[in-house]
Amino acid sequence: MDQLIQQFFNWDIMMRAWPMLLRGLGMTLLICAAVIPLGLLGGLLAALASTSARPWLRWPGMALVDLFRALPPLVLLIFVYAGLPFAGIRLSPFAAVTVAFFLNNSAYYGEIFRAGLISVGQGQTDAARSTGLTARQTLIHVVLPQATRNVLPDLISNTVEVVKLTSIASVVSMGELLHAADLARSVTYNASPLTMAAGIYLLMLWPVVRLLSRYQRQIAV
Amino acid sequence: MSKTIMSPAATSPTAAQAGAAPAVARPTLELIGLRKSFGAIEVLRDVSLRVARSEMVFVLGRSGSGKSTMLRCCNRLEEPDAGEILLEGERITGRGVNLDRVRRRIGMVFQNFNLYPHLDARRNVTLALRKVLGQSREEADARAAEALARVGLADRADSYPAQLSGGQQQRVAIARAIALEPAVMLFDEPTSALDPELVGDVLAVMRELKQDGMTMLVVSHEMAFAREAADRVVFMAEGRIVEEGPPEQIFTSPRHESTRAFLSRYSFGQ
Ligand SMILES: Nc1ncnc2c1ncn2[C@@H]1O[C@H](COP(=O)(O)OP(=O)(O)OP(=O)(O)O)[C@@H](O)[C@H]1O
Ligand SMILES: [Mg+2]
Repeated sequence: MDQLIQQFFNWDIMMRAWPMLLRGLGMTLLICAAVIPLGLLGGLLAALASTSARPWLRWPGMALVDLFRALPPLVLLIFVYAGLPFAGIRLSPFAAVTVAFFLNNSAYYGEIFRAGLISVGQGQTDAARSTGLTARQTLIHVVLPQATRNVLPDLISNTVEVVKLTSIASVVSMGELLHAADLARSVTYNASPLTMAAGIYLLMLWPVVRLLSRYQRQIAV
Repeated sequence: MSKTIMSPAATSPTAAQAGAAPAVARPTLELIGLRKSFGAIEVLRDVSLRVARSEMVFVLGRSGSGKSTMLRCCNRLEEPDAGEILLEGERITGRGVNLDRVRRRIGMVFQNFNLYPHLDARRNVTLALRKVLGQSREEADARAAEALARVGLADRADSYPAQLSGGQQQRVAIARAIALEPAVMLFDEPTSALDPELVGDVLAVMRELKQDGMTMLVVSHEMAFAREAADRVVFMAEGRIVEEGPPEQIFTSPRHESTRAFLSRYSFGQ
């Protein structure tokens, strides 16, 4: 029992690993700050394309969303980071992570936004256009606010997934939270830094998840 | 656009004149030989109609006869396949027409209200005033207050659609349309989604609009109201206007057999 506590909850080792993990956490947050807004933007564009009345926009939009939803994110990341150099495209780890997450996130956020756009009835657009609002004004002031509100829980829930998924950036040595913790483990021959990393993820995401399920239960009532 | 519906006093003299002699004045809205098909279904087959200034024209017809489609062609929410539409003498069909500029001059009221659920009543009205007419917040708020007062909802400006009854929602929708001071208003079954006890309030608002000289094209099956308030009734069947005339004549001595069938079925249903 003592052995187990030493291996997973060693206070000294945790204190020593703390600065490293803090830097890792910083990097994780930095990645999130880049890929979440980019993914939301890409997702919105993908959703607009895939719900467009114009076939030349709709088909590529739908195909891309399908493609990047079917591709495992880890495969995508390694391909972008280690595969593209064979085509002469060499990206820094951060750029590779950003590109891979942009493609993956856009597809997932895109599906969510698409459901949101569809959930807003044609009557709303008819009413807005009948008052002289342009297509763009109708989208911005009438359709998008409702679409976003209708799928807000899904957007948040997907964002939680994105934060968790940033841990795969460790395979390209990004030095984010998981990578930092694993490095600390290999230096200290002790699992406590990993315990800590898990704890940090939990502390970050648990409140969001909790709020979300409370909100969803409220809606169900 | 000399007419400003927000100040009834300015329009009533013209309104009275136009009401007296609708055939002489240039029509406010004129449909000429409209055709529209959805796939293989011909929904409008050569529809022509003139609505004079300050005139209230009622459109009757069985379900599927093309009433909504005709209305939606008037502001080109549906694109007609052929034919012309003139608004105050100006052609608004075909290429090179700025649709958004045209649409602000044509108010539309829908069966299901189609209020913006995420905005309160005031902002339902001000959205187009701000974004389309480019009014300042103060101007738009003042105009919205006026429009809401006209439909009897001055005190509900802060309510969201979900907090309003169906009748109140429809009146906000009317306020949203009249705030833009349109040349003509299109109503597509404005009362058919309402509980019977709420219908009267909406009709009362429409009656007042008429008194203030608004030009209106109304699809509705409120026969009693049509009889009392309409200047003219047109009857549609299978995508054509088969009969038109003063309400008294259409209701008491309809000439076309489908009008007769419709009216008799309707009075049985009552
Ligand atoms: N967007 C559309 N696509 C295909 N068919 C349509 C469309 N809109 C209307 N139609 C068809 O056109 C015909 C006329 O429809 P319309 O809505 O104009 O009739 P209506 O007279 O308003 O009927 P109701 O009294 O039921 O409202 C119907 O057969 C309808 O199914
Ligand atoms: Mg209809």
